[in-house]
Amino acid sequence: MSSKFIKGMSHGLPVALGYFSVSFGFGIKAVMSGLSPVAASVISLTSLTSAGQAAGVDIIAAGGTLLEMILVQLTINLRYSLMSLSLSQKLDKKFTMPHRLLASYGITDEIFAVCSSQPGLLTPAYMYGMIFIAAIGWVSGTFVGASAGEILPQSVSSAMGIVLYGMFLAIIIPPARKEKSILFVISLSAVLSLLFYYAFRFVSSGFAMIICAVISAAAGAILFPHKD
Amino acid sequence: MSTGIYITVMAVITYVIRMIPFTFFRKKIKSEFVRSFLYYIPYAVLSAMTLPAILYSTGDMMTAAVGTVIALVLAYLGCPLIVVALAASVGAYIAGLF
Repeated sequence: MSSKFIKGMSHGLPVALGYFSVSFGFGIKAVMSGLSPVAASVISLTSLTSAGQAAGVDIIAAGGTLLEMILVQLTINLRYSLMSLSLSQKLDKKFTMPHRLLASYGITDEIFAVCSSQPGLLTPAYMYGMIFIAAIGWVSGTFVGASAGEILPQSVSSAMGIVLYGMFLAIIIPPARKEKSILFVISLSAVLSLLFYYAFRFVSSGFAMIICAVISAAAGAILFPHKD
Repeated sequence: MSTGIYITVMAVITYVIRMIPFTFFRKKIKSEFVRSFLYYIPYAVLSAMTLPAILYSTGDMMTAAVGTVIALVLAYLGCPLIVVALAASVGAYIAGLF
């Protein structure tokens, strides 16, 4: 195993732990919606996304149409195309077409966040290591949750709900401390997000996130052009 | 309709959205605005995802607030990701005991 792969795994460990706790909840939800633990785990393995899966299970349970499924998945997951585009700008030369086809499977919010905060270019081995361990956490959490959701005490599983958000703060706060432009962008985005959450509830959370991110990043780009 | 068809559609759509920009966008972007925009996007996305969702992440705003403050302080001090993430969770758990 290459050292880049191992480095990717170690950087992906907090992601995997967070995923385990979140997908545990997804597993419970999927079984309550009438899916088998195996079906729930296959969804986690093939989709590797949180909000899209939760919405997908709702549509399956309701016997919705495939068109509805397609539109919901497109809307909720559209943010990934922005993240993919952003990551495409920092890929190492080793990233040939087959590697790009393979690694794009694993671009999630958290993997994107960790990858984009890395100094320098991304190698395939590094991304594979991170995706590998994160997928293990995500799929195993789903399976365990679906099979044995009631075993874990409620106090433990609910406290685990904050893990991923704690990680997000650990990613955005240190650079915001160094660069006031980043502080501006995250503050604006947070204010807009609060506005959507409390004032414009009719906008779905997937769309709201896209709008907040695009407005704040565009404002940052206009007011504080980034030189590199 | 069979569950397998739904699962396949979910997987294909989610994959294609990720794959197209990642695989077929190979040029370096020249525009300073677009480059700056893409530089800020991760921070903007994560910030919007965190607030206010973090306050509802444990099902109890009190324990979530304790976890959030712990995460903010440790992140400000520059602790590693895993430390910040787990300390927030342990803090929320302990706060839930009271």
